[in-house]
Amino acid sequence: MTKKDRKSLIDIKDLHLEYGMKNNSIHALDGINLKIRQGEFLCLLGPSGCGKSSLLNIIAGFIKPTRGSCLMEGKPITGPDWHRGVVFQSPTLYPWMNVRENVEFGPRMRGLPEDEIKEIKDHFLEQVKLSGFGEKNTFELSGGMKQRVALARVLANYPQVILMDEPLGALDALTKVNMQILIRDIWKENNSTIFLITHDIDEALKLATRIVVMSKRPGKIIKEFNVAFTHELFENPKYTIHSDEYFEIKEEILQIINSQIEE
Amino acid sequence: MIKRIFKNFKMSTILTIITWTIILSFWYIITKLEIFTSTLVPSPYKVWTTFIYILNKGYNGIPLIIHLLASFERLFIALVLAIITAIPLGLLSGYSRRVRAIIDSIVEFYRPLPPLAYYTLLILWFGIDNTSKIVLLYLAGFAPIYIACVSAVTKINMDYILSAKSLGADSKKIFFKIVLPACLPEIFTGIRTAVGVSYTTLVSAEMIAATSGIGWMVLDASNFLKSDVIIVGILIMGLTGILIDYGLRYLEKKIVYWKGHV
Ligand SMILES: Nc1ncnc2c1ncn2[C@@H]1O[C@H](COP(=O)(O)OP(=O)(O)OP(=O)(O)O)[C@@H](O)[C@H]1O
Ligand SMILES: [Mg+2]
Repeated sequence: MTKKDRKSLIDIKDLHLEYGMKNNSIHALDGINLKIRQGEFLCLLGPSGCGKSSLLNIIAGFIKPTRGSCLMEGKPITGPDWHRGVVFQSPTLYPWMNVRENVEFGPRMRGLPEDEIKEIKDHFLEQVKLSGFGEKNTFELSGGMKQRVALARVLANYPQVILMDEPLGALDALTKVNMQILIRDIWKENNSTIFLITHDIDEALKLATRIVVMSKRPGKIIKEFNVAFTHELFENPKYTIHSDEYFEIKEEILQIINSQIEE
Repeated sequence: MIKRIFKNFKMSTILTIITWTIILSFWYIITKLEIFTSTLVPSPYKVWTTFIYILNKGYNGIPLIIHLLASFERLFIALVLAIITAIPLGLLSGYSRRVRAIIDSIVEFYRPLPPLAYYTLLILWFGIDNTSKIVLLYLAGFAPIYIACVSAVTKINMDYILSAKSLGADSKKIFFKIVLPACLPEIFTGIRTAVGVSYTTLVSAEMIAATSGIGWMVLDASNFLKSDVIIVGILIMGLTGILIDYGLRYLEKKIVYWKGHV
């Protein structure tokens, strides 16, 4: 099955978003057309303030577009839904619940039977390498660990698509690299569909199967790249890429973003 | 870090001890020099013996514990009522602008009033017994808890609610699993303030109209110029006040141990 044949999960057509009232409005998104296909790892890049988070919030169902449509499997997105899991930049773990309770939150809210909840919790805590941390308080964890719990909490619902808004933005360089490997492994192992916003071009190149670059505000999609470095890196995570293609694409993206900022 | 906290703790404890030593020695010296008559300023020793006497024999034939219980019964009933009404109303006001518009105006009107100003009215309406006092204390305790709840809801981190929604929680579950716990630290602060305000109001109320209670004991003693009893009463009030707050702080640490990490 080639990429194009894959089922499209999210369909965004001619999407516009304006914040605020008529004469005092901010035009955030301008005619976005985008499909997120099953199993792909889509990374969104763009200058700061161009509307990346706004787009993610629309897909998540947190805000409504001014115009245009955002469909999931053909049905309009009307609000937040556990089929679309969201990982925020700063992990929104609930401090009044311990790590285990945070991970169990989704399945419990959906009323799954207790033994299934426990199985899910064990599985995903292990997947994010935090087995044995279940009874810890969330505020005792490091930033990277918190983000792993946030990821496990989202995974526990087996969402059809995982939306991440600069999930690694606040982490130090070393933790970040390890988290990238972890996210890639989880994506491969679970066959997930991931939509990830980042301002780190290398991160996008190393993780994505497709990269979408947005213009400055009002945000439009100006360029798309299909890339495959993530597969190479999956086989060999410590491998540093020397291919010319990598640097050419990186250079091109840099130029696009810089030209957007300078204007 | 730990060491520094420990050092700070010792430092502040020492300062507290020094302060009280100075106050007590000042008091002792004044009475020793007999600057004032002992009716006006009784000596520390006199106060101590009076305390022991009251502890053993009670005041006016009524044991001290009965006075204390009478006071705490009023306080307790009023606060329980305040907690079970102010929390739901406050959270509701935080949610809904309309409810807030109604309740806020009432609370803001009566809160700055000195409680004793409307206490006389309450006595007229509810009689001189416990009911008027409980209503008075209830009103005093309601406002701080209500205000804390409103502020807690309006300050809640929206990402908590959004993430809960996209994890599959419905509004009822969001209220009980997210909103309520997220507001708990501030609610607790509100309750502590309420206890403090009600406690001071209680003592004033008993001084105006009562036949029992620790406030009444002080007032009655002042009628007979028993300044040693007055001082004993004041010390008991102060110490019980500190004890109550200590207990509440302990509960707070147990229940909202995650405070400061929201
Ligand atoms: N709730 C809001 N009300 C009004 N304006 C908003 C709101 N949220 C975002 N904006 C504006 O919309 C524009 C796009 O914001 P958005 O957060 O989507 O950008 P972004 O690409 O995610 O930026 P960054 O890279 O800094 O995270 C910005 O100019 C921002 O100021
Ligand atoms: Mg953003």
